[in-house]
Amino acid sequence: MICRAPTLEGSDEDQLLRVSLGPQHPSTHGVFRMNVVLDGETVVRLKPVFGYLHRNHEKIAEGTSYLASMPYTDRLDYICPLSNNWAYALAVERLAGVEVPERAEYMRVILAELTRLINHTAFLGFILGDMGAWGSALMYAFREREKILDLFEDLTGARMMANFMRFGGCRNDLPTGWAERVSVIVNDYGPFLDEMEKFLVGNEILLSRSQDVGQLPKEQLLNGGITGPMLRAAGVNYDLRKADPYGIYERFEFRIPLGEKGDCYDRIMIRFLEMRESLKILRQALAQLPEGDYIHPKAKLRNFKAPVGEVYSRIEGPKGELGFYLISDGATNPYRYRVRPPSFVNLTLLEDMCLGLDLADVIIILGSIDIVLGEVDR
Amino acid sequence: MMLAAIQTDESLWSLEWLPRLPQRLVEMLLHKLGASEWFVDFGGLLAAAVTVVAVFLGAFALLSLIERKTLARVQNRIGPNRAGWFGILQPVADGIKMLTKEDIVPARAEKLLHLLAPILIGLPAILALGVIPYGREWTPVSLDLGLLFFFSIGALTEVSVFMAGWASGSKFPMLGAMRAISQMVSYELPLLLSALGVVMVTGSLSLPEIVARQEGYHLGFLPAWNLLTPWGLVGGLVFFIAALAESNRSPFDLPEGESEIVAGHMTEYSGFKYALFFMGEYLGLFAISGLGITLFLGGWQAPLPGLEFVPSWIWFFGKLALVIFLFLWIRATFPRLRIDQLMRFAWLCLIPMALLTLPAAAIWHFTGRGFLSWVVTVPLLMIPWGILTVIFNKRLAPATRTYRFADS
Repeated sequence: MICRAPTLEGSDEDQLLRVSLGPQHPSTHGVFRMNVVLDGETVVRLKPVFGYLHRNHEKIAEGTSYLASMPYTDRLDYICPLSNNWAYALAVERLAGVEVPERAEYMRVILAELTRLINHTAFLGFILGDMGAWGSALMYAFREREKILDLFEDLTGARMMANFMRFGGCRNDLPTGWAERVSVIVNDYGPFLDEMEKFLVGNEILLSRSQDVGQLPKEQLLNGGITGPMLRAAGVNYDLRKADPYGIYERFEFRIPLGEKGDCYDRIMIRFLEMRESLKILRQALAQLPEGDYIHPKAKLRNFKAPVGEVYSRIEGPKGELGFYLISDGATNPYRYRVRPPSFVNLTLLEDMCLGLDLADVIIILGSIDIVLGEVDR
Repeated sequence: MMLAAIQTDESLWSLEWLPRLPQRLVEMLLHKLGASEWFVDFGGLLAAAVTVVAVFLGAFALLSLIERKTLARVQNRIGPNRAGWFGILQPVADGIKMLTKEDIVPARAEKLLHLLAPILIGLPAILALGVIPYGREWTPVSLDLGLLFFFSIGALTEVSVFMAGWASGSKFPMLGAMRAISQMVSYELPLLLSALGVVMVTGSLSLPEIVARQEGYHLGFLPAWNLLTPWGLVGGLVFFIAALAESNRSPFDLPEGESEIVAGHMTEYSGFKYALFFMGEYLGLFAISGLGITLFLGGWQAPLPGLEFVPSWIWFFGKLALVIFLFLWIRATFPRLRIDQLMRFAWLCLIPMALLTLPAAAIWHFTGRGFLSWVVTVPLLMIPWGILTVIFNKRLAPATRTYRFADS
């Protein structure tokens, strides 16, 4: 009987172990795959492999009408469909010069910030799961997420696949009492965040697992095109809501939290702080919410044609800069349709972050990037 | 015949005889049938062993349900509640599911070792369970060197874990096995050292003797357990932490580390072999908790005077339930350590403290176990602990941070 150790045979690298983490791995957030070369448990090389969830989103969008792509955008980042809706609607509105009524703008801000709350809350649960906390944090996070999803269901008819924004506004008006229910949730969210922070931040295991893990110099992050909480955790003041304001974000008072080191701990804490700022925006938006049209009265949905031209429009999605690039040749469908997904771009520096660290760190770093495979693979 | 089989000094109603009954009955029966002396003893021992295995297999089934229920409650869920009242039949359903699942052996596996590992993993735990005194009259096998036997048998678990990891011929199990070996070897040391203090003070390796020496009460109400002495408190805590690591429980569940290496050494096992791993793990948990109770928590001794009328084995199992609840609670609330942090914790923190309990126990023994002993041993343990804490807080401990906001 010969016992075979699973190593790379017949090369200089006999002592290295080549492991394929994923696509069927418990913590690759779907069907992501990393081809990792390990020396003991230290990562020597790491190659991300994706495309297992490729659905041909961009090509399909080029073949259908502008409006027909709206439900597909829900499925990009399926944790936060409403910000995807907004990003796409905003791009088309800029392309065709469609105006959006006041009330619709406020509704969009409320929905986008609620989506940010959902995303960051779920992130906390997921990353604790990656650290091995066996679902306790995840269940607490999902309890809060459910409450917001209930709101979405009552507004849009779907918990996740909302298909709610239209060019020139939203699909329907807020149901009676909906705004009041949002304020109840907004008021309850602060104590929930306090509780989560108390549980997590005081935990020494969490601190020692996430501090000094996965940090990169600012310049490298900027060159890599990293955006969103990952970039702000490294101390770069770049939030599109301030840097390139869209919608009505100039009207609200909120701050941009910045980290110092940009390690996984900073990424977790930045999301905590961002949620608190989102709550501020929500309070202001709910207080100012005007009466009026929820969609521009002259907005054309059927047989919508955009004038010849091109546009790149971006919003600050919960995961980073979410952009849509559209070229129109005047027909009912875009000539070119391109998505700039934040989690796909944020993944590009994964190997640089992981080299020299443990296998266990790789999982946390991947978790701290906060990817959704629907968006990465499109 | 029943009454004769009971053969107890205590009154009939104390129920101390109950767990011993199968053994006595078998011995009586064989005696009546005119079997020779050694055969009567052999039959009795077999009956005692069967009693222990039956009790702990039942406890294993129950614990698999209780664990899921407890975790669910901590996590704000309900847990299994479809099979029977409160899901009481869930272990049966799980067992049937496991039995009827396909058994998959990887093509690259070492077939024989792959088969042997799950069979062997429960064995050391069952053997170790045999020497623990569960009640005043219930020690299945009373060995003079019980503690030594326990540790030497317990070390066998590592062999089968490594066997499983190696024989699977796959990478995640291999990583899990490597982690398991380094972890278990490192944590065996503090486990042994923390138990040594008890041996020094008791002067015996016999587990029933160790329990018997913890009888009585200080000041009329404080039980004279080893845990309630300075060296025993430190030793007991070290033992508990090392036991967490030895039984691969969270936050030291690196060999299984689900989010990292799928299921570690169990990745390539399916069906009933997988269930056997679980059984081995739970039995190991019972054994190590039982030993901890014996060494530090007074074994089957009642916690307060005047409660001795309750059968002693009920106290033992009550303490067992308490300790295991602690295990579950910790599992539900802590993230997992990284391997280097795990090693550092064992070698820099647990082992020095465990070593310190030895002089403390010696001083405790030779200064008469009274007021003077407290005065000497408490500083002996507290000062190094304080120094270690200060050093670690300065050098190694992570700190929380404050965050600034952008100006614009």
